[in-house]
Amino acid sequence: MSDLPSHADVIIVGAGPAGLAAAAELGSAGIGSVLVLDREYEAGGIPRQCGHSPFGMREFRRILNGRIYARRLTERAIAAGARVYTGVSVTALHPGPSLTVATPDGIKTIAARHVLLATGARESSRAARLIGGAKPGGVMNTGALQDLVTLRGLRPFHAPVVVGTELVSFSALVTCRLAGIRPVAMLEPGPRTTARFPTGLFPLLLGIPLEFNTSVVSVEGRDRVEAVVVSGPSGTRRIAADGLLLTGMFRPEATLARAGHLVVDPATGGPEIDEFGRCSDPDFFAAGNVLRAVETAGWSWAEGRAVARQIVRALSGDLPSPGGTRITLAGAGLKYALPQRIAGGPRPAFDSLQLRVDQAVDAQLATTADGQETAVRRLAALPERRIGLPLPAAAVSLAVTLTERT
Amino acid sequence: MSAPKARTFDVAVIGAGVIGCAIARRLALEGASVCVLEKADDILDGASKGNSAILHTGFDAPPGSLEASCIAEGYAEYLEIQERLGLPLIHSGALVIAWSEDQEAALPALMAQARDNGVDDVTLMTGAEARALEPNLSPEARAAFKVPREYLIDPWSAPLAYLAQAIALGAEVIRSAEVTGGQFDGNVWHLETTAGKVRAGLVINAAGLYGDILDQRLVGQSSFSIRPRKGQFVVYDKTAAALTRHILLPVPTKITKGVVICRTAYGNLLVGPTAEEQDDRARADVTTDALKALRARGEEILPALKHHEITAVYAGLRPASEHKDYQIKAHDGQNYITVGGIRSTGLSSALGTARHVFRLAVGLGADWTAPSDPPWPKQPNISEASPRDWQSPGNGGIVCHCELVTRREVEAALGGPLAARTLAGLKRRTRVTMGRCQGFYCSGALAEITEGRLVTGMAEPADE
Repeated sequence: MSDLPSHADVIIVGAGPAGLAAAAELGSAGIGSVLVLDREYEAGGIPRQCGHSPFGMREFRRILNGRIYARRLTERAIAAGARVYTGVSVTALHPGPSLTVATPDGIKTIAARHVLLATGARESSRAARLIGGAKPGGVMNTGALQDLVTLRGLRPFHAPVVVGTELVSFSALVTCRLAGIRPVAMLEPGPRTTARFPTGLFPLLLGIPLEFNTSVVSVEGRDRVEAVVVSGPSGTRRIAADGLLLTGMFRPEATLARAGHLVVDPATGGPEIDEFGRCSDPDFFAAGNVLRAVETAGWSWAEGRAVARQIVRALSGDLPSPGGTRITLAGAGLKYALPQRIAGGPRPAFDSLQLRVDQAVDAQLATTADGQETAVRRLAALPERRIGLPLPAAAVSLAVTLTERT
Repeated sequence: MSAPKARTFDVAVIGAGVIGCAIARRLALEGASVCVLEKADDILDGASKGNSAILHTGFDAPPGSLEASCIAEGYAEYLEIQERLGLPLIHSGALVIAWSEDQEAALPALMAQARDNGVDDVTLMTGAEARALEPNLSPEARAAFKVPREYLIDPWSAPLAYLAQAIALGAEVIRSAEVTGGQFDGNVWHLETTAGKVRAGLVINAAGLYGDILDQRLVGQSSFSIRPRKGQFVVYDKTAAALTRHILLPVPTKITKGVVICRTAYGNLLVGPTAEEQDDRARADVTTDALKALRARGEEILPALKHHEITAVYAGLRPASEHKDYQIKAHDGQNYITVGGIRSTGLSSALGTARHVFRLAVGLGADWTAPSDPPWPKQPNISEASPRDWQSPGNGGIVCHCELVTRREVEAALGGPLAARTLAGLKRRTRVTMGRCQGFYCSGALAEITEGRLVTGMAEPADE
C-alpha cells in the first residue's frame, strides 16, 4: 500500500454500512480527502457475507441481497470521492489524531483532522460464553459460517446445533439452507425468541426443532464435534451433531478504543459518545455497531450518515464545545443508554436516546434533569429490542431511572 | 504409512512433548542420530499443550529432588540459549502472596526452602509493600515474598525451537506414529509403530501421559502409574495484561501450586490452573463451573479484572504419578530410559531433564562424538517481547486480526520439515484464531489457506 497517503481530512476505520455511508456523505459534502480503511480484502462489512435479503430499503428504496447491497454502498462512497483501502489494518489510535496502520508493506502512520470509528460488532465466542467440554473443530459463530459459505463456497459441517434466536440466528438458518446444511436443533436459553415475530416461525417451516429455556452444557468430539450436551426443561441430554453454531450475543469490536486513549462505556462495550457522535477525545467520532450491539445494517447506515454530517460541521468549527453531562442509569434491567453524554446544542446526530434492557421488564421509566422529572412513561420491553426516548436537553445532572410500577 | 526406516538410529525418542523435544535436541547436540516418534498428528499434543508458560526457578521444589536439580539445570540452560534460538524471556518476577493468617505464617519456611534450592534472592514484604509493586492487587493480600527471577516464556516456540535444532542436526521426526510394540535383541531395538518399523540402539520413553503404558508395552513393567491431573485456565483480553507485572502465585499446597495470575508472552493475562484428578488420559475438557470459579478467584486477587473480557479458555493434563518426584530411570541391559512423572514443571525443567538423560545414556554405554559447530536455527518470534512479522514489509497481509498473524507466518508454519498438520498445531506455531474473536473474522480465510493441507480440514467445498 505504498500509495496510502500520510494525511487526510477524515479517516474512517471500517468499510461496513456505517463507514461507507459516512464516506459517501462526507464526499458529497465536498470534503477533500476522505479515506476508508478496512482490514478485510473487500469492502462492505458484514452484509457482504450475507448471501440473502432483505437489505437496502432505507438506503436504496429496494430489497437487495447482502452482497449486492455491500457493493452498492462501496460504489456510492467511491463515486462521492472517498478512497477505500482494503487489506490494511489499523492497529492503534493516537491523540492528534493519527493512526498506526499495518499494511502488507509494513507499518504506516496516517494523520487526519478527524477520525470516525465504524468497526462494527462481532458475536460472542464459545470461550466468552464459558461453554464446557472438549475443543473439537466445528464450533463457530455466524460470522465465520457466512464467510465460509457465502464468500468461499465452503461448508464446515452438515448437521449443527444452532444456539440463539436473534435476527442473526435466522440469517444463519438461511445461510445453512443455501449450503445444504441441516441444523438438528435450535436452542434458546430464554423463554421466547429474541427476534420479533414472525422470525420464530422460520425454523418450524424448515422442520428444525426450536427449544426454549435450553442451553449448551458441553461439546463432545476430538477432531470434529460429535455431540452437543444440552440442558433444558426435560433435563440434560446429548444431541448428535457435527457442529455448534453460536449466533448473536454481539459485542462491539471496540478493541481500538479499549486499547487506546478513548473512554469506553462498560455497559455498551463501545466508545462513549455525546449526541454529536463525538468520543471522549472529540477529534474521534464513532457510529454504527461499534457503539452498541446490535442494530441492523440500515440503522448503522443512517447513523454513519448522521455522524458524518457532524464531522462536516466539526471541520468548519460549527459544533458546540465538547464535554457535557454523563447520563447516569439506575434500576435493575437497564442495560445501557446511548449517547452516554449530552453536550447540548442544535442539530444533534442522535435525536433520541437509545435504550436496551437486559431482562424482560414492565416498569416505570423516568428521565430526570437536575433533579426534576422531565419525562415519565411505562416501559414494557424485552432484551435486544429497540427502545427510544426523547433526547434530554443539556443539564448539570441527567439520569434515566427504571422503577417498579406503582 | 511410510516405508520402514532402513537405517538404525542411535536413539528413538518416543513422545514429542516439551521433554521429548528437549531430549532429541540434547542427544543430537551430543552427536547421536535421533528419531522422534509421536503418536499424535502433530507435536506438543499431550501434556505440553496446556501449561502456564512460566520459566520457573524451582524455588518451591522439594530440595534435593531430581525435579529440583532438573529445573535448576533447565532454567540455567534456557537463559543461556534463548537468544540464540530466538526465544523470548520476559522479566516479570513473581510474588508469592499470603491471603490468610495460616498462609502468612507459612511464608518464612517457603523462603527457607527457596534458599535451599539456590534461589537466594527472595525478599519478604508486607501486603502494603506488595500493593505498592502491584497497585491492582486486592487489599486482602496480607503479606508476600518476591522471587525476582521467575520469568515468562513462550510455551510453544521453546519446544519447537528445541526440535528444530535437533532436525537441523539431522534428527528425523515421524508423526502419527504410535509405538505399538518392540523387542530389544541385545543390541538394537526393533520398534513397531503405526507408521512402520523403526530400529534404534537406545529407546527413550518420553511418552508423558502414556509413559507407564509404554513401559509395559516395551519392557513389561512400569515403576509408576500415571494419574492425570487436569488444569483449566482462563485467558483474558490483552487489555487486562496491564493489571499486573509480576506473576502472582499463591502459597502452594501439597496438591498444587494453586491459582496463578500472570501475563503471557502473547500479551494476555492468564488465570489458572485448577487441579482435578481424572482417569482419562486423552480428554481435557473445560467445565463451565470451574471456569466461573477461576474468573471469581481472579477477581478476588485483581478486582479490576471484572471489567475485562475473557478471550480464551483451555485445559491441560499434567502427567502426575503416585510419586512426588520425577521417575527417570535407565534400564540396565535393555538400552532403555524411562522419563516419566514429569508432573507440572516440564517446561522449566526440560533442558535440564535432557542433560540428565544424556548422562544416563552415557552410563548405558552411549559413545557419540558431538558436532563441533552445531547450527542454531532461530524460531520465528510470535511473542510480544520482540517485533512481530506484521511490522515488517512483504508479510502478505494480516490473516488473523486479533493476534496480528500474517499470511507469510501462516505459510511458513504450513511448510518445512515440521509443518503444522492440524489446526491446533498451526495455532501453536502462529497464534492464529487464538485472539478475542476466536475465529469470527478469520476462519474463512484460514479455511481457504489450509484447504487440503491439514489432517482434518476446517471445511469442505459446499457442493460436495
